[in-house]
Amino acid sequence: MDDQAVRFGVQELIAAYADCIDEDRLEEWPDLFADPCRYLVISRSNHAAGLRQGVMYAASRGMLLDRVFAIRRANIFEPHRYRHVVGPVRVRSLDSAVATVQSSFIAVRIMHDGVTSLFATGRYLDRIDVSAPPFRFLERIVVLDSDKIDTLLAIPL
Amino acid sequence: MSLSQTTDGPGVAWRSNALSEVPFRVYTDQAQYRLEQERLFKGPTWNYLCLAAEIRNPGDYVATTVGEVAVIVVRAADGGINAFVNRCVHRGNLLCLERQGSVKEFGCIYHGWTYDLTGQLTGVAFEHGVKRQGGMPPDFHKEDHVLQRLRVAELGGLVFGTFSPATPDLETFLGPDVTRGLLRVMNRPPHLLGRSTQVMPNNWKLYFENVKDTYHASILHLFLTTFRINRLSMPGGIYIDSAGGNHYSFAKLDYAAEDADYKDAALRSDSEFRLHDNSVVESVDEYGDGVSVQILTIFPGMVLQQVRNTIAVRVIRPRGVDKTELEWIHLGFDTDDAAMTERRLRQGNLIGAAGYIAMEDGCIGGFVQRALQSNDDGNGLVMMGGHDAESQPFRASEAAIRGFWKQYRALMGE
Repeated sequence: MDDQAVRFGVQELIAAYADCIDEDRLEEWPDLFADPCRYLVISRSNHAAGLRQGVMYAASRGMLLDRVFAIRRANIFEPHRYRHVVGPVRVRSLDSAVATVQSSFIAVRIMHDGVTSLFATGRYLDRIDVSAPPFRFLERIVVLDSDKIDTLLAIPL
Repeated sequence: MSLSQTTDGPGVAWRSNALSEVPFRVYTDQAQYRLEQERLFKGPTWNYLCLAAEIRNPGDYVATTVGEVAVIVVRAADGGINAFVNRCVHRGNLLCLERQGSVKEFGCIYHGWTYDLTGQLTGVAFEHGVKRQGGMPPDFHKEDHVLQRLRVAELGGLVFGTFSPATPDLETFLGPDVTRGLLRVMNRPPHLLGRSTQVMPNNWKLYFENVKDTYHASILHLFLTTFRINRLSMPGGIYIDSAGGNHYSFAKLDYAAEDADYKDAALRSDSEFRLHDNSVVESVDEYGDGVSVQILTIFPGMVLQQVRNTIAVRVIRPRGVDKTELEWIHLGFDTDDAAMTERRLRQGNLIGAAGYIAMEDGCIGGFVQRALQSNDDGNGLVMMGGHDAESQPFRASEAAIRGFWKQYRALMGE
């Protein structure tokens, strides 16, 4: 695969990620990850201090599947959705196996009654398996700019 | 804002002396909220300040709050810990803006006044004027000015402070049961795994009651039942101190039976209702006593939790009559190996803002607050397990909530 094709595939993966969350097709979300994988939602201050405890963490596709099932069947919260806006993808390094990329995002939360608010901003720090299609996240660290989360975090960011 | 502001005098009227009927207006009344700041958070209570491990060396400080009051905690030159208000005696400016740091002395950016690590004023910029003009008057003496101090106590690596000279010493305040419960969990030197803050649209007391509410856990939090974990009857109980406001509840788990259950489940096909990855609940009996859950509260605003192998301090910070910040401080211990740390991190999915068995607590108080909006007449009922606030050998009870109201009413003078 040439360099441009890989970059295009990376962008597709990142767009697919936001799309399946925002359009409530969460069941597709775990398939975007390799197995094992690392998915971590963590604040900038914890991440910068080298602390590892985030607010959401998965180390396998099974843990991602469990998160989706818990959202659908176990956890109780007011219905809401997000709208992600993901900025341009910056490629930090690229070889035939792994792309290391980052992007910025904002996520707006839309409650079931229409109340819309800025919920989170941050960066995606990604390591992506680009050895063969379909590309998948080996690691996605969601670094939240703020330590504060309004009410709760049910749906992944 | 509540209609009760138009009634005579500050505070909320209670219908009777019963602890099991709570006027809804205590969650909505602005005057009540101000009184709580004075009589509870600045009153004869111990408030969590920081981990001792966060301020290891002289000059290391943490800027925090007690209730809404800005406070500095600092390691002194002699190795002790001092705490004082984060407010310059000159014009009332904040001395520390950053959450954490290390200093030789505290200096105010506004006019350059400085304080030593005991809170004593040591320097006043241009104290003697400029070119013999201006300066402080002769009756001003730096030694007369010290930052308002809090008394400090440390237990199990946790640092507490109190504004009131009337507060009994920390272990007397907690009582023997709650002291024992705290030291059971904090039995090794802790370190920070991470922190986060959950902002909740409700009065602080609704969250503190929720933590003391052993009745709701298996009803509101469906994660464990949905995934068919913890079906075994779990023996447990509640300890409440004599003043009422401190408590701990605990439950035991048959770790061996649960482990066998996982292995059995792997052979069956009803995987829809099984976790794909058990590591979020796979726990070890690190205290060797079979207790898998211990929730401990210290009046008026701290929680220490052991939920399996997750250890966390939660600090309840009132930020207005209908806004509360809940800080989660996740802990590990210095004795943890890499496997134990990974276990704590994976089980961390159970707790916090996204916690499988905690996230509902972030919204339930907001639902109550919304229901009380312009409709705060009447009383809530907390009668499960009786009308008293005594320790009980079972958990289908609201006894610890009644304990909260017992101490609350005593300190509020109601």
